[in-house]
Amino acid sequence: MENSVAINTKNLGRIYKIRNNRKEKFKELLALENVDLSIKKGELFGLLGPNGAGKTTLIKILTTLLSPTTGIATVAGFDVEKSPDEVRKRINMVSGGETSGYGLLTVRENLWMFAQFYGIESKVANDRIKRLSEIVGISDRLNTKSSDLSTGLRQKMNIIRGFITDPQVLFLDEPTLGLDVGASRDVRTFIKKWMNDNGERTLLLTTHYMVEADELCDRVAIINQGKVLACDTPSNLKKTLQKEAIFNINLYAPSGLEINKFKNITGVKNCVLSQKPESTTLDIILDEDSVLSEIITEISQQSLRILRLEKREPSLEDVFIKLVGQKIEEA
Amino acid sequence: MRNSISLRSFISASWLGWKIESNWTDPFLFATYSIIKPLASAGILVIMYSIVTDQNFNNPMFAYLYLGNAFYQYVPAVLSGISWTIIDDREHYRTLKYIYIAPVNIPLYLFGRGVAKFLTGSFAVIITLLAGFLFLKVPFDFQQVNWLLFVVSLILGILMLALLGLLLAGITLITARHSYYIGDVVASGLFLFTGAIFPLEVLPVWIRPIGYALPITYWLELLRRSLVGNIAKTFPTFTSMSNLDLILVLLLTSLIAGLIAIFLFNKCNHSARERGLIDVATNY
Repeated sequence: MENSVAINTKNLGRIYKIRNNRKEKFKELLALENVDLSIKKGELFGLLGPNGAGKTTLIKILTTLLSPTTGIATVAGFDVEKSPDEVRKRINMVSGGETSGYGLLTVRENLWMFAQFYGIESKVANDRIKRLSEIVGISDRLNTKSSDLSTGLRQKMNIIRGFITDPQVLFLDEPTLGLDVGASRDVRTFIKKWMNDNGERTLLLTTHYMVEADELCDRVAIINQGKVLACDTPSNLKKTLQKEAIFNINLYAPSGLEINKFKNITGVKNCVLSQKPESTTLDIILDEDSVLSEIITEISQQSLRILRLEKREPSLEDVFIKLVGQKIEEA
Repeated sequence: MRNSISLRSFISASWLGWKIESNWTDPFLFATYSIIKPLASAGILVIMYSIVTDQNFNNPMFAYLYLGNAFYQYVPAVLSGISWTIIDDREHYRTLKYIYIAPVNIPLYLFGRGVAKFLTGSFAVIITLLAGFLFLKVPFDFQQVNWLLFVVSLILGILMLALLGLLLAGITLITARHSYYIGDVVASGLFLFTGAIFPLEVLPVWIRPIGYALPITYWLELLRRSLVGNIAKTFPTFTSMSNLDLILVLLLTSLIAGLIAIFLFNKCNHSARERGLIDVATNY
């Protein structure tokens, strides 16, 4: 294998066998199917998909927590099944939306201890704890017991735990889940800086935030129901929709609308309805602008009123809608 | 590098275990709890013995029972100290997955976490022994103690218990549900078969082989002999065996138990990874 490849998977698959009680037969749940990925050293790679798409399962396999059912995977040049110890020396992981950590220990103690597990000298570990805590914004809480931290601050502590070992390959599983807008922005800024500081570092990020993937990632794989549907740079993925016309229509629809009638119009590639108490929105991908007149006719026939109509540039969200047929939060 | 990481893992895990073990309350309450718990448990046995034997504390069997019970406190402490770590880290602290993906020697990490339990267990054993020697007339002569035999037996026994704890930790890894207190349950079960408070001869003949197969049985006898060798000759079970014989049998049975423990732990570890149980949180 080329030295420039940090993560490689071939026909990677995972089936979970689950049952609720001993009397039941095992049911098979397909979590990953024939995933082929090749991520280069120095790349910030995003896995984009809804909850249950298989993102976390893939990360678990790559971090040696879970065995694949089929296929092979290598990280930093080592097979995750045959040489897990070699892989572990070179990786770290942060999972978002959880409150892991030893509550009886202070933030500093938690971080120092994990650094010890990686054989990092105490002085180096303490320097890194100081620097990273200032960047992430918890330097004033280093001597606080982690049980006394809010969920967001615990998440920040865990983010430092992932970076403190300076891994060759870092896995971030929904790292900004549970963080407020400002903290998420700080984390994204730090991730970009960390990657720019050393071209040898590789980062695999899973997220279901389109903006995060768009802003951070060199390449993105869109994954749904265990399959990789597309893999390219965000701009190339968006280019696949360049020929289409994308409209966002805000409607007044007090008694609802019939979405299928819009979907059946010739030239409509995809049509997704979002209904909130205060508004009804149609996100429509059309073959060309001229189809819009038929959309407006249909709106009129259903006695709906247009509040706002906007034509916009394609986003990763549109790419996702085109591939999956639903918005990411609905998939 | 590998050795360095393993050593650091062990030391850090020991430090973590001690922090967890000692920090759950203030030092005064911790010390009180550590004193009352072993004394209360020994007190129950002494009262029962007193009633059954009509206060015959001069019978060598009192020393047999008292010392066996005192040292047996190590068994639940070490077994549960090591196996409970899996539950604690996986379910409570949710850190097991981060430890698992670190370049850590997992058995050494688990042994390290067990050190704190060993230390608190040692405290309980010392308190119980002191109470026995000072207030209950357990025959003890400082000059007569075979310290070499005591230290060798103690170290061998603790290593053997740590390996048995590793076996239970492996079972805990693949038992995502209802594996709480497995260490305590196993320790309580073994209490019957290891001659801790009564000789194996009391058991039905067909049950005794279990006791003879367990290294804990030989370990307890060696500890008794090292402390009260002058009266241990009258203890019934191993009268025909010398101290060296007992050490060799302890070594052999520990070796066999250790090999089985390591083999089964590796099997369970592999199985847990295949079944996706390393980071499972049942919230039970």
